[in-house]
Amino acid sequence: MTTFRPNTRSHRFMRNVSGYDRWLTFSVLALLAFGTVLVYAATKNWFATQHLDPQYYLKRHIINIVIGLVLAYGTTLIDYRLLRAYTPIVWGLGVLGLMAVLVPGVGSTVNGAKAWIALPGGFQIQPAELAKISIILGISMLLAERNGVGADPTDKDVLRALSISAVPILLIMLQPDLGTTLIISAAIVIMVAVSGAPTRWVAGLLLLALLGGFVAVKAGVVSQYQIKRLQSFVDPNADPQQSGYQLRQARITIGSGGVLGRGLFEGPQTNGRFVPEQQTDFIFTVAGEETGFLGSGLMLLLFGLFFWRAFLIAQRTNDLFGRLVCVGVIAWFAFQTFENIGMAMGLMPMTGVPLPFISYGGSSMFATLVGFGLLQNVHLRSR
Amino acid sequence: MSQRSRLNLIVVQVLVLSLMLAMLGRLFYLQVAAGLKYQNAALSIQSRDIVTPPVRGAIVDDTGKPMAMDRPGMVITVDRSALGKMPDKGKAVLVRVAKLIGIKYSDLYTRTRLCGELPLGKRTGCWNGTLYQPVPVTKEATVAQALKILENSDIYPGISASPVPIRNYPSLAGENAAHVLGYVGSVTALDVANTNKQYYQNEVVGKTGLEFQYDQYLQGTPGVKTVIVDRTENVTSTSTITNPVPGNNLVTNINATLQAATEKALASSVLSARAQGNKADSGAAIVMDVHTGRILAMASYPTYDPNIWQKGLTTAQAQALFSDSDGVPALSRAIDGTYAPASAFKALSVVAASHAGYNLNANYYCPYSIKFGNQTFHNDDTNSQGTMSLQTAIAVSCDTIWYQIGYDQWVKDGGLTPKKNPNDFFFKNAALFGVGKPTGIDLPSEASGRLPDRAWKLAYYKANKNFYCNYATRAKPSDLTPFLIAIAKEDCTDGYIVRAGDAINFAIGQGDVLLTPLQMTDIYAAVANGGKLYRPEVARAVVKSDGTVVQNFLPHVNGKIPASASTLDFLHGALRAVAMTGTAAGVFGNYPIPVSGKTGTGQVQGRNANGTAKDPTSWFASYAPSNKPEYAVVMMVSQGGYGASTSAVGVREIYNALFGVKGNTVDPKKAIFPTGAPPTALPTIDLQNVAVKKP
Repeated sequence: MTTFRPNTRSHRFMRNVSGYDRWLTFSVLALLAFGTVLVYAATKNWFATQHLDPQYYLKRHIINIVIGLVLAYGTTLIDYRLLRAYTPIVWGLGVLGLMAVLVPGVGSTVNGAKAWIALPGGFQIQPAELAKISIILGISMLLAERNGVGADPTDKDVLRALSISAVPILLIMLQPDLGTTLIISAAIVIMVAVSGAPTRWVAGLLLLALLGGFVAVKAGVVSQYQIKRLQSFVDPNADPQQSGYQLRQARITIGSGGVLGRGLFEGPQTNGRFVPEQQTDFIFTVAGEETGFLGSGLMLLLFGLFFWRAFLIAQRTNDLFGRLVCVGVIAWFAFQTFENIGMAMGLMPMTGVPLPFISYGGSSMFATLVGFGLLQNVHLRSR
Repeated sequence: MSQRSRLNLIVVQVLVLSLMLAMLGRLFYLQVAAGLKYQNAALSIQSRDIVTPPVRGAIVDDTGKPMAMDRPGMVITVDRSALGKMPDKGKAVLVRVAKLIGIKYSDLYTRTRLCGELPLGKRTGCWNGTLYQPVPVTKEATVAQALKILENSDIYPGISASPVPIRNYPSLAGENAAHVLGYVGSVTALDVANTNKQYYQNEVVGKTGLEFQYDQYLQGTPGVKTVIVDRTENVTSTSTITNPVPGNNLVTNINATLQAATEKALASSVLSARAQGNKADSGAAIVMDVHTGRILAMASYPTYDPNIWQKGLTTAQAQALFSDSDGVPALSRAIDGTYAPASAFKALSVVAASHAGYNLNANYYCPYSIKFGNQTFHNDDTNSQGTMSLQTAIAVSCDTIWYQIGYDQWVKDGGLTPKKNPNDFFFKNAALFGVGKPTGIDLPSEASGRLPDRAWKLAYYKANKNFYCNYATRAKPSDLTPFLIAIAKEDCTDGYIVRAGDAINFAIGQGDVLLTPLQMTDIYAAVANGGKLYRPEVARAVVKSDGTVVQNFLPHVNGKIPASASTLDFLHGALRAVAMTGTAAGVFGNYPIPVSGKTGTGQVQGRNANGTAKDPTSWFASYAPSNKPEYAVVMMVSQGGYGASTSAVGVREIYNALFGVKGNTVDPKKAIFPTGAPPTALPTIDLQNVAVKKP
């Protein structure tokens, strides 16, 4: 007779996962599934006509998801409060990665931005995605330091938090990656606000953002191609063959989906590749065209469900560090989602940011799933 | 945690919620509220219409012989937008294409330019479509040339070749008929603006002649295949297909053999006039069925080869069509040229005189010249012939009798101080003959001629008063002779008055009166048929390719000439006398078919480009057989000299063909219409095995 002996490893896994917020997990898995179908729909036809493996992107996307889910799970293993100890290391790695992309020969340029490090075997990583996590953790740590003694962060704390985030932000601006810069900056303002820091900081930061934007454009810090993209957002006919054309095509593609959509794999705009970067930055156009208002509306609802559950976690925890990590992740995802989908629909100017959980891309997928893991981690530890 | 932290968290939640709602709202707008608009926009991005031109209907003669028909060809097109993206604007490619199809680069360059892109004066042969449609540069490419282009798209970027039906004028009976048939060309922005019809790019439409007039029947409907393309213009699927519907055939009243004979007769008259020392710059000849107004043949000289359009016009060819030195071959003299009718107009004057109360059977005095005031008017080349019958006066073409009648009537109407309601027998009579009005023939751009009555005089005076009143400063220095200055002075003060000279000239068809050869033909046909002025018709019927008749064009009477039966009888006798014993007796005196007609030798004011005085306009207007008229035949040679020696001889050649006359004998079997009249039944049309005529 064999005696039943629980496998400690799987036992621990089950204990951990069963403690997850189920609705949050559900929404993420549903979005991942949705995204997988969309990545396939965006690339199947294109690769087939090029006589390439139609499932090339699908396969890689699934691998990315699996790796990402493992990372997310790993993130939930250690009590997030212990992560604090590693924060300086994470931050240091993030900054190092961001500096590496600027080194000629190491960083590679895609769409005018030096945002990638090419790895052997055709792989690339995007340090800015991972830097988002290190910034969120770093700021949370510094702003929550005084919470142990029941005090709000002081001016000095805020100043320290801002200065350690300034380094990676500046590095990202140098790439230049306007979209990521804006998303991180917005997340920082949100985190400072929720930390209980003096209100003048929130007001001051918002003012600074306005001023900074103005000066950046005037002083030419923002590159010509970014200005072009912004101009074509205001006037889509300004640059009809380039960014204006893409924005117009994106809008038409989404609009032509109508209520019910053209059917998966059946979108003529998608299959004709009238919109660029369909599997990454413009993936929402595929959802819009092929699944219509019903499908893409459902996607928005899934995002809504995700944010609702994430906010609940942020609300329920009594630990300011945990709450700030949650709020940071929420703000990051929310702004990135809004920027990505808003761009496709003509609400926002064109900047190349991926849609969380949906877009193809390893670094982004890993980072978002680690973000998801952080939320679950806080949830697990606040019961 | 502080209260502020909790509060701010709520604010952040509201912020994220509002972002979500903004996206949902925008999504609703794009997909539900404006979904249809974007669906249409997407369709226009993805779909391309591939137009298969329909086979254009044939134009056949009265025996069913095709005079214009489609045949398979190969078109080479140039995509200007593709060339524009090249560093040299496509010059290297065009040079290669020009070499391949064997034309000069400069001609190819002109053919691919919008007319507006070229300087004025260098536009002949330019492309009058748009930049966004492929510009056809030749339709006569060989299969080998087309394959070279299609297989080497790397060295011929932006160049394309495809099969296309092309218009051909096979000239089966040796006819040219360019001015009657017209020609076709690619649809232009102007054509599109002028109709409600929807045209596709490069659709072929009639530009002039019958091709233009009956375009709606001939055209057919293009076949359209709508395909879905991707961003690189690769076809991914086909959505709809409609097959082309061939155009209907047009049966005309033209007889191709008679047309060829008419053209030949006209050309030889022009050449013989030149041999006699006249300039003979142009001419026209028309044969009409007097009982229906149907046009059996219509020729204009000089002419051109209607096939040159299909190969793609060279600049030289295009310029020649409209150049004065080549006699403006594009102009149809038969319907668009206006000339002083001269003595051929006397048929009208006879009728006017009858209304004014003159006895047509009385004798009249025909002196050599008559003096009115300080001006002398004389006969052409004849001495005083004493008193003669009016019939003889017509036959020998005495002018002085008509000067006197014209002058007397002018005086009766008040002369320089006209009565309130002048009789104006001559003007009113001419108006009833259709002078000054287009006949309404089924061909485009017909001229109306000119009836210089009192109303016209007044209008002309108002339009030109300024010029005459400032003659010294405005006229060319060479025109500043004392005589012309005196006339200008007179014209300045009371140029609107019909003067004695006007009335006298009008009575013999000189002065300001102008007729087209077609109007002249219509008038003589009316005299022949008992008074009916028909609307001349070239087209007979529209017939489907399976033979079903779509539309019959029936004869239409425009009006009746104001001649009583007895006046017509007099005219018939007088016009017969012209051919028997009068001015045309040398040509028709012994002719086996009785012919009636009138010569005309019209004096023309002004000078040729080289400074020589203009030679007179030669007319012969006639009908035959005199006892039972069937055909009216008119020839006019501009600067052709005497009516008898130039045009009457040409008309005789036409009658030779019509009746089968050789020498002094008639062979009815050789006649164009062996039954003695044009066919009444519609012919059967056979478009198979027609040999192609190359330009």
